[in-house]
Amino acid sequence: MAVPIRVEHLNAAFGPFQALHDVTLTLPARQVTAIIGPSGCGKSTFVRCINRMHEETPGGRVWGQIYLGDEPVYGPDVDPVVIRRRVGMVFQRPTPFPTMSILENVVAGYTLLPGRPRDLESLAERSLRQAGLWDEVKDRLRDSPLNLSGGQQQRLCIARALAVEPEVILLDEPCSSLDPISTAKVEETIMELAQRYTVVLVTHNIQQATRVSQHTAFFLLGRLIEFGPTEQLFTNPANEQTEAYITGRFG
Amino acid sequence: MSQEPLAATHLPLSRWGISRRQLEGRIRRRRWADRIIRGLMVASVVVVLIPLFSLLIYVGRSGIQGLDLAFFTQLPKPVGMPGGGMANAIVGSLILVGLAAAIGVPVGVMAGVFLARSTSRLADGVRFVAQVLNGVPSIVVGLAVYGLMVVPMQTYSAWAGGVALALIMIPLVTLNTEEMVRLVPRDLNEAALALGVPAWLATLRVVVRTALPGILTGIMLALARVAGETAPLLFTALNNAFWHQGLSNPIASLPVTIYNYAISPYPEWHQKAWTGALVLVAMVLITNVLARFFGRSRYDRR
Ligand SMILES: Nc1ncnc2c1ncn2[C@@H]1O[C@H](COP(=O)(O)OP(=O)(O)OP(=O)(O)O)[C@@H](O)[C@H]1O
Ligand SMILES: [Mg+2]
Repeated sequence: MAVPIRVEHLNAAFGPFQALHDVTLTLPARQVTAIIGPSGCGKSTFVRCINRMHEETPGGRVWGQIYLGDEPVYGPDVDPVVIRRRVGMVFQRPTPFPTMSILENVVAGYTLLPGRPRDLESLAERSLRQAGLWDEVKDRLRDSPLNLSGGQQQRLCIARALAVEPEVILLDEPCSSLDPISTAKVEETIMELAQRYTVVLVTHNIQQATRVSQHTAFFLLGRLIEFGPTEQLFTNPANEQTEAYITGRFG
Repeated sequence: MSQEPLAATHLPLSRWGISRRQLEGRIRRRRWADRIIRGLMVASVVVVLIPLFSLLIYVGRSGIQGLDLAFFTQLPKPVGMPGGGMANAIVGSLILVGLAAAIGVPVGVMAGVFLARSTSRLADGVRFVAQVLNGVPSIVVGLAVYGLMVVPMQTYSAWAGGVALALIMIPLVTLNTEEMVRLVPRDLNEAALALGVPAWLATLRVVVRTALPGILTGIMLALARVAGETAPLLFTALNNAFWHQGLSNPIASLPVTIYNYAISPYPEWHQKAWTGALVLVAMVLITNVLARFFGRSRYDRR
């Protein structure tokens, strides 16, 4: 099920401003790949290209190509809706749907579409367990998601993304607004996800990258500077800009 | 407003380069400024509330005397005959407001959603038209509908009255809907799209759904507003002393009936006008309260 993501000569722009320049790399299946780099270097833009969300931004343009396995993500006869079903995404800030209960949020990927799908309750339970949230919410599934803590809301959003059974999970700084305990839980969830999905994790936290990822990509000013096994990149970087960043000399 | 001892007194004030006496003086000045502003705000609230309550009390006191069951069930009686009511005008107002809502709500809501979601030149044009229409005096709307409907149809009619009220409703509902939809965070739309939900469903079932309480409140307030409009009905729906006779005939309404009774020379009709005014105010107030009620979302703990 999980597929590698092959990115070839990817460029992205906001109107006249080019935010990504000629990015080429392959994100392996069933592993966590961390994306690091200073603020504004294009990490979010990069992951938003993978599920075709970048083009939803006004002025957003993409050229180059991405393949999920062997299938192209960009092309005249590729439906972005189908790509987004296959590539789930969790945003920096938790985004539960405020008009729905916790349960309805988890299965929103089905109920928002026409037609009533199969057994939603057991699907919801399975997704919540995968996201490590089930025990905390099982007695309040009909409550508002807004009563959950930030970390719980974020895991709810992970459960919601998992419920539609994607092949790839993109996480854009999922822990940036969380306390250390919630962060640890989300990290645990991420590591479990890697057994079944291709996971891409944007993070500002170098310790987090070393804890959960097998590969790391370092971006700077819209360019991919270095990509390799996490351990190697952090202990023995090939590029001096990478070294400067991870040793905290800038960024 | 707590009067605790100054928390800063045991801090080394020299760090801020001022003495304790200067600091205490500053805080005292701020407390005074706080009191003055609070006083001004309370005064403003009173200034707003006085006209509202004096109006309610005055209309209530004057209108309550004529208030009986017959007022809601009977047709008006000719001058000099006791009894009678304004049942036809109450029903007529409900019909006119219903017609206005049937036309104005779908048009206004759809236009508002369009304005909020589109960045095209057309959207700018539509918004401009709505803003202009919003500023057109209601008597002018009545005149326009007179020219566009009453003259060609060669009769005053409930249709013409309903259209005139709808023209007043549409910009109100459109502009409010746009604002409510814009208040929904863009993140929610993106979250729905990222789940693989097509854009139109994400707009409808997430964005509009989230804005729905505010949209409904706006609709109720617009209904309350047009329920009390007199000017646009004067030469569209006209008036009618009898029960309504189909939508292609003139129809009675509370505001026009009140107007006619109030400018008549007969004291007993003046009484009826007061009672009609009381009923109208009550209907508008109830609609407003319902609007607040709809405005609460399912999970509101207010
Ligand atoms: N909507 C937009 N319009 C124009 N430029 C944008 C827009 N969004 C982002 N940018 C620019 O694109 C570049 C990359 O932004 P991006 O959000 O991908 O950075 P990031 O690496 O995710 O940063 P952060 O770590 O702060 O989230 C930045 O220079 C930013 O200013
Ligand atoms: Mg970002």
